[in-house]
Amino acid sequence: MNLEAVLATHRFGLGAGKRDLDAMRGDPRGWLKSQLGSVEPITRPFAGQKSTAQVLRDLPSMREAANKSPDDMVKLAKMGRDMFIAEMRPWMRNAFETPVPFLERYVWFWSNHFTISVLKQRMTFFAGSYEREAIRPAVLGKFEDLLISTVRHPAMLIYLDNAYSIGPDSPAGRYTGKGLNENHAREILELHTVGVNGGYTQADVIELAKILTGWSVDRESGAGTGFKFFQNRHQAGSKALLGKTYGENGEREGQDALRDLARHPSTARHIATKLARHFIADEPPPQAVAKLERVFRDTGGDLRALAAALVDEPSAWQPTLNKMRTPIEYIVAAIRLLGGIQDTLGDQRFQGLAESLRVMGQIPFTAQSPKGWPDVASAWAGPAAIMERVQWAHVLAERIQKKPDPAVLADTTMGPLLSPPTREALKLAADPTQGLALLLASPEFQRR
Amino acid sequence: MTLDRRTLIHSAVGAAALTAAAPRFSFAATPGDRRFIVIVMRGALDGLAAVPPHGDPDYARARGSLALPKEAILNLDGSYGLNAKLPTFKALYDQKQLAIVHAVASPYRERSHFDGQNVIETGTARVMPTSDGWLNRALGPAGVNDPKLALAVAQSIPVILQGQRPVTSWMPPQLPSVDDDFLMRLKAMYARDPMLRSALDRALEVGAVAGAAGGGDMQANAQQMRGARGYRFEPLAKMAANIIAAQDGPRIAVMEVGGWDTHQGQGTTQGVLAFLLDNLDKGVKAIKDTLGPTWDRTTILFFTEFGRTVAPNGSNGTDHGTASVTFIAGGAVNGGRVLGNWPGLKPSSLYEGRDLAPTTDLRAVFKGVLADHMRLGRNEVEGIFPDSGNIAPIAGLIRA
Repeated sequence: MNLEAVLATHRFGLGAGKRDLDAMRGDPRGWLKSQLGSVEPITRPFAGQKSTAQVLRDLPSMREAANKSPDDMVKLAKMGRDMFIAEMRPWMRNAFETPVPFLERYVWFWSNHFTISVLKQRMTFFAGSYEREAIRPAVLGKFEDLLISTVRHPAMLIYLDNAYSIGPDSPAGRYTGKGLNENHAREILELHTVGVNGGYTQADVIELAKILTGWSVDRESGAGTGFKFFQNRHQAGSKALLGKTYGENGEREGQDALRDLARHPSTARHIATKLARHFIADEPPPQAVAKLERVFRDTGGDLRALAAALVDEPSAWQPTLNKMRTPIEYIVAAIRLLGGIQDTLGDQRFQGLAESLRVMGQIPFTAQSPKGWPDVASAWAGPAAIMERVQWAHVLAERIQKKPDPAVLADTTMGPLLSPPTREALKLAADPTQGLALLLASPEFQRR
Repeated sequence: MTLDRRTLIHSAVGAAALTAAAPRFSFAATPGDRRFIVIVMRGALDGLAAVPPHGDPDYARARGSLALPKEAILNLDGSYGLNAKLPTFKALYDQKQLAIVHAVASPYRERSHFDGQNVIETGTARVMPTSDGWLNRALGPAGVNDPKLALAVAQSIPVILQGQRPVTSWMPPQLPSVDDDFLMRLKAMYARDPMLRSALDRALEVGAVAGAAGGGDMQANAQQMRGARGYRFEPLAKMAANIIAAQDGPRIAVMEVGGWDTHQGQGTTQGVLAFLLDNLDKGVKAIKDTLGPTWDRTTILFFTEFGRTVAPNGSNGTDHGTASVTFIAGGAVNGGRVLGNWPGLKPSSLYEGRDLAPTTDLRAVFKGVLADHMRLGRNEVEGIFPDSGNIAPIAGLIRA
């Protein structure tokens, strides 16, 4: 096993499981690129789950229910929690078992870029279907199509409130006296496209919010994704966004404006920086950012080409482990290292793993803000967080049913990365349980 | 009673510039035994809902459906009131242990949460994504040289406390602790990883203090923390206060309370904001009760990244605004006052026609509290807040 093979699993994938190393057949880069062929392996495991449109129709008009008795509120909240848990089981199982860990990481990256969070409570109904419908099918296409698929998704429209934004001068606005909600428009500019220094002003936020009036949710149809454009909420007239005028064109205005934002040079830079930060280093090397930015511009935001460019970027292969694994990455890597969920803990252990994620502060789809999870080591490596990881490693090592030899496991899955102090600690471990706990708590395993 | 703009230009603010400019000696060599707790309210608190200016003749019209009914306001001075969900704050005000500065804002004038939080935490004049936190810069001048004396009650250390000086963080333990033999081996294994090694060392330090102070109910309390909306502040506040009250406990502590981004369903007497204010109030009561005699030497500073729109938005909520409110509470506080120049709520008085206009720079509050509570000299305070020479500290917020 060579250094590149370990880095391919560690840095690009979900940790060094034996299965990944076998699948590589001595060609780490080829293995990574072969994962970029089709979205089928990242969508198929979720076939048969309920669609957003179905959820919307099944719910006895959420708003009405929420306005009735407190009991109804509680019932509704429980329905949402149950639904979220039902979605998270296949999500976690897939993370433990996927044969395309690089592509799965790429999904997580984009899912985090276009964050929704169940901390906004009714999102529990939609978090799973959002990622399945808006993100997964789109991560190997064009950035602009991914962007539009998130903006049109009911989950995002509800999470960032555009579903409730009404043109003040539209028929609906005049009738109800309601007006714009700028939240989604602002986050599209600040977080999703051009970025906070991308050159927009408060006036641009308002103009984009006007452009997107009418983009909302169809609670009745039960078909498609549940998106609907309501002409009677749309603010009529031409709008000026980032120096370009969009004549009155109904739903089409939003499509045009979002495509222009996706193609904006600031967007290329913003996305390139975030990608390099996620896969390479907290302070990404400028030449890596410049290269990704160029690829983004040259290919019109082709996400498959961007992922391939990451694999070809030399700075992504330097051996120093700069990045700290997030709790989700850490737990998934631990289970994959030990041979998958069945081998490691037997069945019926998802509850415990969900609890682990909660303790470490990263249940999927619970980011504190629309900015998503932080992507720098300092956010995950405070004293409290490190102590929790160490304690968790210890608990997991105790619970593992078939305990492998820690030194051999370390050597065969991450050998070239192991530092002398880690080798020494594993060699001197009092017993296999302690050795496994040390391996899981080692700097090499906490980092990537 | 009506609000008169001139009478509301509180003398303390005007006098601040004069008194604070006078040279003073710094006792910065030792940390002293005062406690300074910062509570960052993430998400942008609606200051007009927390401290309604019910004496302003434009209040009811400007707030529309979000105007609080009379019975939901605890009157303070005829001009201002406190939201009825804040009875502890009202009691502190009456005991002159709560000062309020209204219409306060950082120098940041856009409306992004992340940039707004960056500015209030870095203490800079504009967004500085790479800057360290102002509270970290204050550690040296305040003589807080031991990492265990600066505590983040959080899983990850917030920006305000990040920087050159090492600090510690703590959250209630939820997993079984590990044995000493294992810890010894871990330390050896982390020998070449300074980040992990120091994180581990500091976790052990604060864990020792928490163990000595908190006793056996830590794990039970950790269970209670889980509430409907994220976590309940009260149990966490109580456990943190236990650590802070210890003799060798932290002199500086940061806590976070989130959820204030009430775009939807903000409500008045019921709704998201009522829940959040109640949660905050109970937490503050828990801190006061738990600190015991230490409360007399304590200042708690509450602030948020910006305020919210004066008028309701289309969904019974408010959008991102500009000025909000800040609280300074504690036994060390010279309170019972609402400070700040009231800008009014007439359409022409609003910032960009929509937000409460800022009349006090948040840094004036930061500087005043740091100078008087942590005993810093003027030059030290100026060094902590770059490019703020024109912002005079508000003097007199702390009892001498």
